[in-house]
Amino acid sequence: MSKKATADTRFSKFGTISFTATTRINDFVDYLEKGKVVGTKCKKCGQRYFPPRADCFHDLTSDMEWFEVTPGGKLLTFSTLKFAPAGFDKELPYTIAVLDFGDYKVFGRVDSAIPEDKLSVGMPMKVAVNKLPNDHINYYFTAA
Amino acid sequence: MSRVAVVGVGQTKFVRSYPGSIREMVFEAFKEAMADAQMTVKDIDATIVCSAPEYDKQRSPSGVLAEYLGLNPQPTFYTESLCSSSTTGLRLAYSLVKAGLHDTVMVLGFQKMSEISAAESQERMGRGTDIQWEAPFGTMMPAYYAMFARGHMAKYGTTPDDLALVRIKSSTYGVFNDKAMLRKQMTPDVFKDPASPMTGILSSPLRVGDCCSNADGASCIIVAGEKRAKSMSKRPVWILGLGSATASVNMAGRELFYSLPAATEAANQAYKMAGVKPKDINVAEVHDCFTIAEIMAYESLGFAKPGEGPALVRSKETYKEGSIPVNVDGGLLSKGHPVGATGGSQVRTIVLQLRGEAGDMQVKNPALGLVHNVGGVGLYANVSILGRE
Repeated sequence: MSKKATADTRFSKFGTISFTATTRINDFVDYLEKGKVVGTKCKKCGQRYFPPRADCFHDLTSDMEWFEVTPGGKLLTFSTLKFAPAGFDKELPYTIAVLDFGDYKVFGRVDSAIPEDKLSVGMPMKVAVNKLPNDHINYYFTAA
Repeated sequence: MSRVAVVGVGQTKFVRSYPGSIREMVFEAFKEAMADAQMTVKDIDATIVCSAPEYDKQRSPSGVLAEYLGLNPQPTFYTESLCSSSTTGLRLAYSLVKAGLHDTVMVLGFQKMSEISAAESQERMGRGTDIQWEAPFGTMMPAYYAMFARGHMAKYGTTPDDLALVRIKSSTYGVFNDKAMLRKQMTPDVFKDPASPMTGILSSPLRVGDCCSNADGASCIIVAGEKRAKSMSKRPVWILGLGSATASVNMAGRELFYSLPAATEAANQAYKMAGVKPKDINVAEVHDCFTIAEIMAYESLGFAKPGEGPALVRSKETYKEGSIPVNVDGGLLSKGHPVGATGGSQVRTIVLQLRGEAGDMQVKNPALGLVHNVGGVGLYANVSILGRE
């Protein structure tokens, strides 16, 4: 009898609704569970990628290592949604944003505890892990 | 090198919900373009079908449309670049004719968005962005453009009142366009009145009135080589410049949040190919899916310097009587936005303008027209420059 391989679907826990179950950077979810937000770095050219990639197109290599997103982000832009796509209505209102870390940027949500009128383009922010219902997990931006 | 012309244009009315099937809807645009080109189905050598497939229940609609429109046994195939699909179709049609594979090529664009609910369509639009890294945060198209509006405001001091001016201009011309979904003149009060449906925030800083509406509709553009164009058409409109570019789908890959670099790159390519400059353009159609998108388009296309887009609409230079009339057919904001049909509708407007057939929307004697058509949040961009003899 052949053994049935178990699919590695760890990425299905990422975000409120994940549209991706399996990826070669599934360890990203394990790092989140350990409280770390990580990107990947090409071992050959040193290019850092966020969101993390399994592959570096510069060097045509998949030899990558993880790096942790450091403090020192700056809010580039943001928007607070009053309407949501299907499946996200219960979380309204919520704010999406982009943080700049110099050689990479991070797209994500702003901590819902921060009111919109306390946000301004250019303000310092950092990334933190955020546990969601149903054992899901993502990250959000909090005051630095 | 022989030239390539647009010899026939057509579109349906853009409506909230088309009372028929996709093939029947596309027939209406097809019929208008065929009559315009004075052609029969035997004259069409190949057909390119353009839409965003996530709204379709029919798999591979090209075959169904070719059959319904009597276009067998000629070849047909499908192309997609979100909201810019049908100008990607135009680019392919141009290259097929230029390569000598076909002499006359039809570009059919369509979308029937009413088959799914508004929330479902928002969810699909969210999936037009990065589904692995962005959609799990609950994204939708207005929120992305809202981040660019926020960036433009932070960088240049643009205000919600500036954005409202784009909507008011759009409505001025939607009134005259019998193909448009919204045909009512708006005044600045529409954004001040708390009871107005336009006033509420959709995704800050964009209000409902800053956004275009989903629509059902189809467009049809017929392209031909120089010899056939001259023999069959009294008024060929020549394709003089085509630019096409892309940018990172994930916002983390973007450098700027007040400009769409793919549109700027596509514009530069189109101007270079046509050998013309922004000041030479007499009439333009730009992709105003959101008010901020039209402001950014002015700046990408060189109609205004970076940051000076709001001043261009404030001074009414983009009105019909101004130095560079933009979206004097009402644009996406008034016409509605049936994703795959939109680029073809923009091309149709410019062709009618260049022929002097735009009726109440007609700009005075234009020689050069431009179409700026963007897919996603500046993920894809096509800029096309057309001219008359």
